[in-house]
Amino acid sequence: MSQTRGVLGDAWLMARKDLLLERRAKIGLGQVVPFAILVLLLFAFALDPDRGVLKQATPGLFWVTVLFSAVLTLQRSFGLEAEDGILEALRLSGMSPAGIYLGKVTALTIQLLLLEAVLVIGVAVLYDTKFVGIALLVAIAFTATLGIAAAGSVYGALAARLRSRETLLPLLLLPLLAPVLIAATRGCEVSLQREAVSGWPWAALLGIFALVYLALGSLLFRPLLEDA
Amino acid sequence: MTATKMNSAQSVSPAPTGTGSRGTRLLGAVAVCFLAVAVVYGLFISPPDSQLGNTIRIIYMHVPTVMAAYLAFLTTAVSSAMYLWKRTEFWDLLGSSGAEIGVLFFTVTIIDGALWGKVTWGVFWRWEPRLTTSAVLLIMYLGYLAVRAIPADPKTRATRCAIIGLVAVVNIPIVHKAVDWWRGLHQGKTVLGTLNPEMGGTQLFAMYSALTAGILVCVWLLIHRFRAGYLAERASDLGLGQALEERRLESSSTSSGSKVSGDDS
Repeated sequence: MSQTRGVLGDAWLMARKDLLLERRAKIGLGQVVPFAILVLLLFAFALDPDRGVLKQATPGLFWVTVLFSAVLTLQRSFGLEAEDGILEALRLSGMSPAGIYLGKVTALTIQLLLLEAVLVIGVAVLYDTKFVGIALLVAIAFTATLGIAAAGSVYGALAARLRSRETLLPLLLLPLLAPVLIAATRGCEVSLQREAVSGWPWAALLGIFALVYLALGSLLFRPLLEDA
Repeated sequence: MTATKMNSAQSVSPAPTGTGSRGTRLLGAVAVCFLAVAVVYGLFISPPDSQLGNTIRIIYMHVPTVMAAYLAFLTTAVSSAMYLWKRTEFWDLLGSSGAEIGVLFFTVTIIDGALWGKVTWGVFWRWEPRLTTSAVLLIMYLGYLAVRAIPADPKTRATRCAIIGLVAVVNIPIVHKAVDWWRGLHQGKTVLGTLNPEMGGTQLFAMYSALTAGILVCVWLLIHRFRAGYLAERASDLGLGQALEERRLESSSTSSGSKVSGDDS
């Protein structure tokens, strides 16, 4: 079956399945988005909003919120597959592992980009952020999100079958995403004109991160599904 | 004749009961010699640095520990790739040994880096690029060890660890670049950046002795950890075999007991 559809066909099928499930269950909309907004509020409580600290730290707080929300989204996405031996069923379905992986990455990227769109409105309203340098901002958001989804899907699948996945996934994933947090935060600071340097090297670094993990994930998903 | 052959074969390759061998003892002795030379030259004979003063003596320890840590993580990366290709216990055990030893050396690196920071900057931590990178990588490999510690079928565990080993090592240059650019904007003195490139005489000798000692100790620890891991696997196999034998005996005695009671009724 996978030979007729190919890797991209499998990826599309998988992504559509995940997005359809999300549209029906609305876990992202009903739980992850409110959680992300709550984190924005908590940052405001922790850092006095009247002293300008909040405004100065907006890019960093935005991306930390995205990372926390990504962990929840990943747990949901792979928790679904771990139930009732669905991962085994996927392995036996004849779909290509790389296709399954790319499908999960696509669905996660779309969900996280939608979440970020809501968060942009959140920081614009709550932290009084004025957005400039939109092209760079979009490039950074896309490459960073793709990187988070690409690296996250490898560890999400790995942790899915472990009983301690709730604690293990953040421990594995967040240090791995440290360069994404640094690059996305600095890139956003440049695009918001808080640093007088070019922001495109940061976008390039994020792009390299995403491509490296997309390639690695596509290669590693077969042993991951078969043995891990 | 056959019996003699078998006896000689047994005497050539007896089952290992410890982690030491003639080779590791020799390696250990050489490492101790280099360590002694490094301590004598690093602490007593070499003069203080013109810029760093006596804090250069911390650097004599910092450089070898960070090099040893990277050597250990490189071992883990190569072993992880080899495990996914060959699927043998050797590569799995070597990979996990590398991760443990790497974590040990990185912890020492962070501690001696922080001590250097306290003397030079007056604070233990100042987001110096190499220290920051080390901290991120240390936590990444702590995750590897956390997965390693989860009880699982050996093959499943080995595959999980091999995947983490590969995913983590690919991140090392990216973390380096990101942290370098990040701190490049506010760069101050760095631990390694303060080294005088024209270091010579006894200072250079102390540094090279310490570096050789660090790498030898790392290799020595790796071999011992690998062998300890191998013995632990054999011990667990033995324990499993014994448990199976006990259950078999229990079930046979229960069935014979029920037979007797059946006869009674």
